[in-house]
Amino acid sequence: MTQVAEPEAAKRWVGGGILRKEDPELLTGQGRYVDDIALPGMLWMSFVRSPVAHASLARVDVAAARELPGVVAVFTGQDLAGEWAAALPCAWPIASRRYPDEPTHDPRVPDHWPVVKDRVRFMGEIVAVVVADSREHAVDAVEAVDVDYDELPVLTGIEEALQEGAPIVHEQFGTNELYTWVLENGEVDNVFAEAPVVVKERYYHPRLIANAIEPRGVVVQPVPAQGEYTVWSATQIPHFLRLFLALCLGIPETKIRVIAPEVGGGFGSKLDVYAEEFIAVALARRLGQPVKWTEERSEGYLATVQGRGVIQDMEVAATEEGRLLGVRAKLLADMGGYLQLVAPGIPILGAFHYHGVYDCQAYGFSCTAVFTNKTPTDAYRGAGRPEATYATERIMDALARRVGKDPAEIRELNFIPPFNEPRRTAGTLEYDSGNYAAALAKAKELVGYDDLRREQRANGGRRDGKLLGVGISSYVEVCGWAPSQVLASLKYAGGGWERATIRCNPTGKITVVTGTSPHGQGLVTTLSQIVADALGVDPDDVEVLHGDTAVAAWGLDTYGSRSLSAGGVALYNAAERVREKAKRIAAHELEVSEDDLEWTGGKFQVHGAPDKAKTIPELAFAAWTAHNLPSEVDPVLEGSAVFDPPNWTFPSGTHICVVEVDPDTGQVRIVKYVAVDDCGNVINPMIVDGQVMGGVAQGIAEAIYEEALYDENGTLLTGNMATYRVPSAAELPGFTLDRTVTPSSTNPMGVKGIGETGTIASPPAVLNAVADALRPVGVEFIDLPASAERVWRAIQAAKGETPAERTVEGGGTGAASMTPEEEGGVA
Amino acid sequence: MRRIALTVNGVQREAEVEPRQLLVYFLRETLGLTGTNVGCDTSSCGACTILVDGKSVKSCTMLAVQADGTEVTTIEALASNGKLHPLQEAFRANHGLQCGYCTPGMIMAGLSLIESGAGMSDEEVRLGLEGNLCRCTGYQNIVKSIQDAAKQMRSPAAPAGVQGGSE
Repeated sequence: MTQVAEPEAAKRWVGGGILRKEDPELLTGQGRYVDDIALPGMLWMSFVRSPVAHASLARVDVAAARELPGVVAVFTGQDLAGEWAAALPCAWPIASRRYPDEPTHDPRVPDHWPVVKDRVRFMGEIVAVVVADSREHAVDAVEAVDVDYDELPVLTGIEEALQEGAPIVHEQFGTNELYTWVLENGEVDNVFAEAPVVVKERYYHPRLIANAIEPRGVVVQPVPAQGEYTVWSATQIPHFLRLFLALCLGIPETKIRVIAPEVGGGFGSKLDVYAEEFIAVALARRLGQPVKWTEERSEGYLATVQGRGVIQDMEVAATEEGRLLGVRAKLLADMGGYLQLVAPGIPILGAFHYHGVYDCQAYGFSCTAVFTNKTPTDAYRGAGRPEATYATERIMDALARRVGKDPAEIRELNFIPPFNEPRRTAGTLEYDSGNYAAALAKAKELVGYDDLRREQRANGGRRDGKLLGVGISSYVEVCGWAPSQVLASLKYAGGGWERATIRCNPTGKITVVTGTSPHGQGLVTTLSQIVADALGVDPDDVEVLHGDTAVAAWGLDTYGSRSLSAGGVALYNAAERVREKAKRIAAHELEVSEDDLEWTGGKFQVHGAPDKAKTIPELAFAAWTAHNLPSEVDPVLEGSAVFDPPNWTFPSGTHICVVEVDPDTGQVRIVKYVAVDDCGNVINPMIVDGQVMGGVAQGIAEAIYEEALYDENGTLLTGNMATYRVPSAAELPGFTLDRTVTPSSTNPMGVKGIGETGTIASPPAVLNAVADALRPVGVEFIDLPASAERVWRAIQAAKGETPAERTVEGGGTGAASMTPEEEGGVA
Repeated sequence: MRRIALTVNGVQREAEVEPRQLLVYFLRETLGLTGTNVGCDTSSCGACTILVDGKSVKSCTMLAVQADGTEVTTIEALASNGKLHPLQEAFRANHGLQCGYCTPGMIMAGLSLIESGAGMSDEEVRLGLEGNLCRCTGYQNIVKSIQDAAKQMRSPAAPAGVQGGSE
């Protein structure tokens, strides 16, 4: 094993930066992704997708397409109606709760069929399916399907969704409102009425497109005589996919094996089950042949869930000095045309921490979710928590201005003091541990905060003709998607547990089975390190199996930064069980009592007798031969554990961004970016840093470059990778990273998630910096994304030269009409 | 259909191809070289980057028929005798990859950049990689990987170029 950490770490793998075990195959082109799979007799699927956002299907004529070369079959929604035992699932339906004690009632869940039967509700929805002997023949036949659409009025704006006379997306509900969900803790109205200072702002979070570089794809191999199906899918959630394929297609789940082979990124977009996956299995069943589909990128922009799409009214109440008294957040969230897997719950994932890392007495949150005629939304890296953190960290800057304090000072004044035991919060959570001031102090030092502020004061906020801005974001993340009982109270259909199995093979090599489904996070390496330390073996002697329902019988997959804090801890506990069993065998073989043994140097050793010792490989062989086992000890050395985390984990930190804004072009350039993160104990620092950097890059993309724009007809204007700006290396800065270590108090490893922190922390750091830079030229407010165009327009408007409205309205989410609402106003 | 003849990773290949077939699908589906990935349909992401006559090309922007008579190098040719190419080693040592999907294209683009003699400052490497998108790493470690590999490949003791690769 290549070791890049200090030599003394050689005996202890956890905490060392060992190189990734995943890499050799990925570096040489040997990684096998779904699109690399080709099976004998395989047919290709291609989809006829609606070019309009809202319409009744008048006629779908597939006759000409059926006659084309290579075409095996063409199906309409009516043709396939008999295939579905149930509509596509929503695993997190949420009913309205307008006041805390409102009696529960059934949530609104519209039917969502894989192929449209009679009405189209977003552009890109599937209206017919072609199956042919090649990709090219399938695509040709799609062109030959003739569809008549009776177009209906289109709803794109989420504020318009609730207005009188708005087009209704799902008529059976008589409204576009999915739910209004309220959380209140403390005397919120009183606190706001009596507070000397109230600051309110409105924020717009654009719709975002995840852009995992591997598009989605699915291959299905049927065994018709057995009614069995092997499904390869580019998914984060093979176990959930198997469950829902079974439920929606009426196939016993024991007859379905789902494999997530190498998966090229997900970021939440593959935390879903999709129409194409259900259609592929249905057609493999119907035709008795293997079926394959690979998403084209532009197709994915319409068909794969998008993220965010939220308007937030954020309010804080404070003392004259700037001490926080109350927080009140009101959201309007865009679900799009249907409810995808966990979409209704996404805003609720942020619901409990709009006060972030600060203390307050009164806390109010409400979210209204609405349908629109756009691609459905769902999880996107951070999922609900970036929205919360953005609102909290932007409003803290507004509060600082209002009370005449520096942004660092307002945070220091309000931080929850350091704590190592669970601590109840205003948002009704129990944070596991935290030391927020330490991260801010470290970040300030790394960025040279005081010098930057001095430079701004000395030069009127300018540096070499550019506007110099500094922005802080101090965040806490709620991650881990657990515990099961809390998830039940939030009406989430699944649990939060995770399972791991360790098998010690006769030669001493270790097989690990995890129910998580990593897709780029380096978990094979991280889990190997945990086992290596726990069982006294080399990480290279550990083989980690994952992403296959036939191999990992139980698992809840990978999302919500849960793979280590749930899956890693399950593995840690499984290793404890293996050691317990091994210890009994060791005592028997060494003819001592278990109490005479200690686990030291990676083996069981008799106290004070280093030559009397047994390693796990030795004990594994003994357990396998079973020639000489103590009574009541079964053969073979293995252990499993299921861990249902008692709480979420709460990673935290401070990011500081320094920008230079060109006052003539509006171009924002990040000149320094410092991230100090705290994910508790670190298993592999190299991997943790990689997660942070990737997350920050994605957050910067969100802050400056990316926005899915729709026109008033519900047409996605940023409909491909050439028009939706995923930044390249040339646009992004280098990062300066550091960390603090505050172990979690709620799991035995003291670990917290790290997969999403960067994306959660960075957008407000960037926007606060841009806002800071623009203040000297009179710009009072700037929102996401701080694109050159938006910044330039804001500067022009401040000069009184050009209106700030954008010429092309995007998303219908109200961006054009958005102005700072009573910024700094006193209630 | 049209007959083409080209050298791929040092091996002479001949095939009948549909005139509209993209080079990347010829490599992936006709030759089974699935290391080269497809990430978009607008020539934006660069996941399909290969070398054609030693220069980096997005193989989704080129038709297979246009590759007639050329020398093509893909990711599969970089490691030799079980030993990773210095660029592959550098990507591993610097954690220059996560999900690995953009990686073959990134490495081929990096190889072309290094062999072109371009400067290796942060800014030069970042500009040189403008045509290749990665969604996982934030690029910093990719830039470091290419800089480290360049140092090694440009030192006098560096091993010879890729078989069938550079001119």
